[in-house]
Amino acid sequence: MGKLLSWIGWLLVAVVGTGAFAWLALSRGEQVSAAWLVTAAVCTYLIAYRFYSRFIASKIFALDANRKTPAERLNDGRDYVPTNRWVVFGHHFAAIAGPGPLVGPTLAAQFGFLPGMIWILVGVALGGAVQDFVILASSVRRNGKSLGQMAKDEIGPVAGFTALIAVLGIMIVLIAVLALVVVNALGESPWGVVTVGLTIPIALLMGGYLKWIRPHRVLEATAMGLVLLIVALYVGRAVAANPELAPMFTLSRKSLAILIMGYGFLASVLPVWLLLAPRDYLSAFVKLGVVFALALGILVVLPPLQMPALTRFVDGTGPVFAGKLFPFAFITIACGAISGFHALVSSGTTPKLLEREPDARMIGYGGMLLESMVAMMALIAACVLSPGVFFAINAPAGAIGTTAASAAEAIRNWGFVLQPDEIQTLARNVGEASLLSRTGGAPSLAVGMAHIFSNVLGGPTAMALWYHFAIMFEALFILTTLDAGTRVGRFMLQDLGKHLWEPFGRTAWYPAIVLSSAIFVALWGHFLYQGVIDPLGGINSLWPLFGIANQLLATVALCVGTTVIIKTGKQRYAWVTLLPLAWLAIVTMSAAYTKIFSSDPRLGFLAHASLFSQQVAQGVTPKGVKSLADASRIIWNDRVDAAVAAFFALSVLVILADSAKEWWSVVRGTKPAVSTEVPFEGRVAVAGD
Amino acid sequence: MQIPLSAIGHPIPSLLVRLQRVLRVIRSIIGAPDYERYVAHMESHHPGCAVMSRDEFMRQRLESRYSRPGSRCC
Repeated sequence: MGKLLSWIGWLLVAVVGTGAFAWLALSRGEQVSAAWLVTAAVCTYLIAYRFYSRFIASKIFALDANRKTPAERLNDGRDYVPTNRWVVFGHHFAAIAGPGPLVGPTLAAQFGFLPGMIWILVGVALGGAVQDFVILASSVRRNGKSLGQMAKDEIGPVAGFTALIAVLGIMIVLIAVLALVVVNALGESPWGVVTVGLTIPIALLMGGYLKWIRPHRVLEATAMGLVLLIVALYVGRAVAANPELAPMFTLSRKSLAILIMGYGFLASVLPVWLLLAPRDYLSAFVKLGVVFALALGILVVLPPLQMPALTRFVDGTGPVFAGKLFPFAFITIACGAISGFHALVSSGTTPKLLEREPDARMIGYGGMLLESMVAMMALIAACVLSPGVFFAINAPAGAIGTTAASAAEAIRNWGFVLQPDEIQTLARNVGEASLLSRTGGAPSLAVGMAHIFSNVLGGPTAMALWYHFAIMFEALFILTTLDAGTRVGRFMLQDLGKHLWEPFGRTAWYPAIVLSSAIFVALWGHFLYQGVIDPLGGINSLWPLFGIANQLLATVALCVGTTVIIKTGKQRYAWVTLLPLAWLAIVTMSAAYTKIFSSDPRLGFLAHASLFSQQVAQGVTPKGVKSLADASRIIWNDRVDAAVAAFFALSVLVILADSAKEWWSVVRGTKPAVSTEVPFEGRVAVAGD
Repeated sequence: MQIPLSAIGHPIPSLLVRLQRVLRVIRSIIGAPDYERYVAHMESHHPGCAVMSRDEFMRQRLESRYSRPGSRCC
């Protein structure tokens, strides 16, 4: 009887979810409420978690609460510590939640809400959450081994080395594109610059407090930091309103780019307790707080979506980024549906904390479902804006010109409505001089969030505060990825460089630290600077490159997962990872091919380079470019971008080929299926269990 | 409603103890190193072994956290 009721309940969830999907897919013309998106999402998550993750947990891994976890066997009170699953869940989520799922879906809203919604939900259930869960469970069974180590041990040294180089390449592109998002959000905005700039001295203050005043009182310092963040918000407003101070903090995007490079360098050479650790504590709080606040805000307001289900830009003529729905919707959303980076976390700290094996399901699969919910909220926040406003904020100046009138004209030609004074009023309401062409996703997400939050609290007069609060939240988020990423990149560079010159690898020798940090910052700084001088705003070329890189890492993770499944004798279930793997391989390869070879100069790096070279050869300065020297630099950058995309595509092929070879020999029986799992060790039941 | 603080046989933790537990959970979620747990572990599993000082432990934990790619995400 109870069983029957449970089946009826699940059937109901399935019916409601399918109904919401159908309603959204069939809606044409009329406004739909965000409630439908939330319903479709929640039903998908429930079904996927209850049935699919349970299937993976029992059929593939046979997760066993009586099997000792690495945390129990290797407990050292430091890295390996058995920890309550809710705590691990919170920690894991704080580590995987980054700016990616906020920015990607915002940009992908150019196609309308439907493509983004479908991929975020289907992609996470069958791809992203599967990847995180499979890697976590595999790592737990192997004493918490890292992804790179598993690639080497399971697939082979070639795949292992390729994965290592690929991770370094991905870090470079990732940091560059995220830095560009911050630069675009803060350019010409004294309020934003002051508020975000103040977060650095706040972190230093917290660091000093933790070191000298009240050592190790982490929560005290964080509480102080949170209060100071609010103060910084008001200081920013005061500075922006002051006619003498405001111009001093109105910075061009070029100067901001250089400042951010300097910040990354400092974060890499300064001791971690001074800057990185306090920032991280602050950011974790703000991150979790805002994510829950946004969820609550959306649930309370249930705003109607202004964006249509599909826009005409599915044909590839969109201004936000170039390229058709396939493959660029998938490349753009990236982390919201499946993120290769999570495989590093799932094979990093998390597997060393699990108290019981079955916890991996909730933390690996469930954690990613929550991350996908964040992506859905970003999508909703982008789609509550009217399409006219969305495109005015996200389209580069090359497409809409630099005045409200030219923007309104361009947007009218695309078939959307924008009154010139509408965007100016909105800019004034959020306390900015202009919102035109603030590409990168952060400003439009902030406008969307401010719209939702001010509906709940404060009304229209609070828009400006909410907008800058959202910008501060995003920048805090991004800068914590940027600074920690630069430091990690420095270590990876040192680790590789020591094979060429031994002293370069000494992690405590100052000349080596400074040199390797400078090299790593220069590597991402190059791409950042390229994005800043790009007449199309930079996001256009860099975000797809980042998406390709991120999905490449997911390919590596799914190859590792498939190899693990096949080698442990579960070949008949290998489709669980092969399915998303095949899809990702198709998406990344076709996106990389298009970005390199497309004959459309808006899309193909090489076509763009040759168009500019022709113009330069004739002595013509290309449209939107300031000088011939800049044009030559852009031509060079296009070729570098093409080379980087080719490198990522080649890495995918190498790892796929190496893995396929390994699978084939195991399936054919020429190689024995030897599991590398640590042998079973049973738990002794303890009183109170 | 009044909860008897020392119900016989069922010691209910005082508010302070409960608050400390909550704070500890928050600290571990944001990833702050837990020195007390480390000391407790050393005492129970490796009695007699040298135990790092709080400063040393904190420095060592933070250094290791920020040198791995697994600690941060996009």
